[in-house]
Amino acid sequence: MDNKNLTVEKKPVMFRVARTKRETPDHVTLSFNGNIQFRPGQFVMLWIPGLDEKPYTISYHGSDFFGITVEAKGRFSKKAALMKEGDLLGIRGPFGNGFNTAPMDRVCVVAGGCGTAPVAPLIDMLGNDITLIQGARSKDLLLFRDRYPSLNGQYCTDDGSFGHKGFVTELLEQAISRTPFNMVYACGPEIMMKRVFDICEKQNIPCQVSLERYMRCGFGACGACVCGAERVCIDGPVFNSEKLRQMKDFNQSALLKSGAEVLLSTYASWRCGENIA
Amino acid sequence: MHVNFLGKELISPTVLASGILGNNFDILQRVHESGCGLVTMKSIGPAPRDGHNNPTVIDLGHGMINAVGLPSPGYLHMEKEWAALDNRNFPIIASIYGASVDEFQRVADYVSDKKPDFIELNISCPNSEKHGMLFGTSATASFDVVNAVKKMINTTPLIAKLTPQALDIGEIAKACEDAGADAICAINTLGPGMLIDIESRTPILDFKKGGLSGPMIRPVAVRCVYDIFKATRRPIIGLGGITTGADAIEMIMAGATLVGMGSAVTYRGIEVFKQVTNEIDQWLDDHGCTLEEIRGAAH
Repeated sequence: MDNKNLTVEKKPVMFRVARTKRETPDHVTLSFNGNIQFRPGQFVMLWIPGLDEKPYTISYHGSDFFGITVEAKGRFSKKAALMKEGDLLGIRGPFGNGFNTAPMDRVCVVAGGCGTAPVAPLIDMLGNDITLIQGARSKDLLLFRDRYPSLNGQYCTDDGSFGHKGFVTELLEQAISRTPFNMVYACGPEIMMKRVFDICEKQNIPCQVSLERYMRCGFGACGACVCGAERVCIDGPVFNSEKLRQMKDFNQSALLKSGAEVLLSTYASWRCGENIA
Repeated sequence: MHVNFLGKELISPTVLASGILGNNFDILQRVHESGCGLVTMKSIGPAPRDGHNNPTVIDLGHGMINAVGLPSPGYLHMEKEWAALDNRNFPIIASIYGASVDEFQRVADYVSDKKPDFIELNISCPNSEKHGMLFGTSATASFDVVNAVKKMINTTPLIAKLTPQALDIGEIAKACEDAGADAICAINTLGPGMLIDIESRTPILDFKKGGLSGPMIRPVAVRCVYDIFKATRRPIIGLGGITTGADAIEMIMAGATLVGMGSAVTYRGIEVFKQVTNEIDQWLDDHGCTLEEIRGAAH
């Protein structure tokens, strides 16, 4: 059953958990034996049979294995974080556009909280010549803090327990004053990505951010994840500056599971409630 | 390619099927701008409803299976949506559902005031315990729903959306026509069917069962439209598995006036509406005939 090649199969392909790794008090990585062809920023639908199915990005990949890192937060992710070696999970995908990674110098990656997981394979691909800015609530929640020792990453925490006490956006502004970046990639809370976008707009730097919405099909048919006229699952989840300028729902509103359009803050607390229920 | 449907001029004979991309004004407008003649909003229900947990939609390559489960904000909680649609420059179908004749009436009455161009009565969804298909498989129940709604609203043309699960779909269509339906839309998804994952020994869809759509069901859809054309004089929106101009021509020859597409978006993208319209146009050109000439030509 393991070592299967995933291509564009849209029915779940079943994998047994090969290894688990606790990354932080909140984050667990599930690793699987097999090769998955994907671009950084693309996602898969992770199915726990009998429970639910949710979108996740690949956080580790090699020629014969890949990993998914989950933040144990709610109903689904807490169950996922408790998975053990040998447990069976379904994977559909990969879906979405992924980051555009045309080779260039002076590149910055900004990651907030569990937004570090989706950009990890991007950092792997971009190599050592990038600036990494990462933030979390506290030191022990800085995901993959020791994964890129040669990157000389800049860190911040809400409580000041590691690095700068404050926000990634403050570090980004400082970094831009030293280095005129050619591209900024960002993944994290949507309000963080909006601020990153605003800073980049002011400085005329193109950026790419990865959005999140409640998803169903994953391939652009059902429309559950629309942000304005954009389907986050297939037109995104990565959107560039050009698109973001036209997306009036960016950092503003999102659809609930029922399809009701609500303020992003209402959506965020519903996602937590939905997860806890 | 302009087409007249119940007195409305449409830019194309293509229709966006209910349940696909109908979630907000912006995406409906995008589909219209991609060449779709008539777009259908996601089915509107009497109360807020989340629908089912995932997996809800699985693509099998030759078609799809889904049990999304009629999610809806509920007709009373869509004011922003209605306000945006008020300034639209394209025609829409508001699809509605209910679990009783009374619920259908209540939703239709309210929605009609919002001035959609057409109201579609979804009496055919297989993905809910008590909505939809229960009505659409009975001529009497279908008559009762359409009749009750028609009595209440006489300004907005009514479309009855039918299920291929009916023993005699022509009889159902005739009952809807007799009850005052202005048009018939067929078919809703086929089934329900089921997928079981053999490793976990678990049905894949969270609702376990789901409706089939896409190319694999097209022959059933063509037969249904053929039967409906024989049984009624009402115009038909024919849909079920259409992804090309040739598929659309086939459906029109069975008797359809317009052709709906849903799963086709998965296989050819949102641009499928313009593509299929052009392919129909090309075929008509090559054969030197018009849509009117080929409608029902297989009879």
